[in-house]
Amino acid sequence: MAAEEGKVDPMHQFTIEPLMGSGGWELAGFNIAFTNSALWMAITTVLLTLFVAGGMKRELVPGRWQMMVESATGFIDDMLEANIGKEGRKYVPYIFSLFMFILFANLLGLLPIGIVGLHPFTFTSHFTVTGVLAIISFAIVLIVGFWKHGFHFFSLFVPHGTPLPMIPIIFPIELISFLVRPFSLALRLFVAMMAGHVLLKVLSSFVIDGTNAGPEFAALVGIPSFILMIGISALEILVAGIQAYVFALLTSLYINDAENLH
Amino acid sequence: MPQIAQIMETYSSQIFWLLVTFGFVFFVVGRGMVPRVMDTVAERDNQIASDLAAAEAARAQADDEEEAWRKRENENRAAAQALVAKAKADAAAKSEKKLASAQKRLDTKLETAATEIAEARTAALAEVEGVAAEAAQDIVKQLAGVKVTAAVAKTAVKKAMTNA
Repeated sequence: MAAEEGKVDPMHQFTIEPLMGSGGWELAGFNIAFTNSALWMAITTVLLTLFVAGGMKRELVPGRWQMMVESATGFIDDMLEANIGKEGRKYVPYIFSLFMFILFANLLGLLPIGIVGLHPFTFTSHFTVTGVLAIISFAIVLIVGFWKHGFHFFSLFVPHGTPLPMIPIIFPIELISFLVRPFSLALRLFVAMMAGHVLLKVLSSFVIDGTNAGPEFAALVGIPSFILMIGISALEILVAGIQAYVFALLTSLYINDAENLH
Repeated sequence: MPQIAQIMETYSSQIFWLLVTFGFVFFVVGRGMVPRVMDTVAERDNQIASDLAAAEAARAQADDEEEAWRKRENENRAAAQALVAKAKADAAAKSEKKLASAQKRLDTKLETAATEIAEARTAALAEVEGVAAEAAQDIVKQLAGVKVTAAVAKTAVKKAMTNA
């Protein structure tokens, strides 16, 4: 976190470092070092698995935990049914995994465990990660679309009621907007998470440097920045949920295009 | 920006570990656990729906039974009322009959009593006649010294009595 000479580098938190000397691990010539990013992916996976496993008691009258898990699955189920319809239910496992994985990752990255010397890492602030997730979602859309509709899937790019002379213009526009989807999906999450964390880090540097500069700076810069940090942290928790929701919602909307065309 | 600065060294490990972890989440949590959680929810919904349906059916049955009971009750009441009316009528007829027979008995008793009285009176009258005739015979004998036969005396007494 703190770089040389007590200065806070807001970008340092995104640095990926191999852990436990795994820097040289390779698979088929590719480096697969177990990094801090991978560690937090593993933590996310373990916690998410424990969370859902705790809701599998299958009791007729659910306890609190089971209620939470059931609300989460019910939330995804409702969203898919509202956006796609009855056929949407078969995508619940994927959308649920996506939503919960991103949500847990975002929230875990916000944990204030820096206080005890640990470094939380938000792997959703890396576009390599969000990009892969977006590509998986986009691949599902393409596979489902061409599987169900064949080449008729291209009619997605010609909205109903388009006048014939407009088709040569509309088609490329729609095609480009369709092809941009995975990028917008990946960039939205990556930018939102990175921006929030950078902002928090910049504010924390204000607090530290302002307080070190003397009492008047502490009162004028440090304390207001600290109060702002508290507010931004609350906002970041909200953003963590919203970004996970947006990712899942947009994926389900895109799948709806593939399932039902227009 | 480490995301870009480190991309060449880290992209393969990022993608690899993401696929491993997210794959685990998708196959174990998403495909393995979530459907069972949703089954539980669906099961509960079914249970609640069937319980509600059973309660509704039980209520309808209770209503029907109450209706039937009411009907039966009304019939029973009507039957009871008919029975009471019949018993009343029977009792009235019986008492009337009894009264009539008692009246008849009294009437006959009165009649026999009246005949007996009449007989007693004739007998008494005859006796009085006899006594009067004897007395007249005696009186005549005492006063006039004439012996009168009983038959004559009797005729005379009868004559006098009818005249009197």
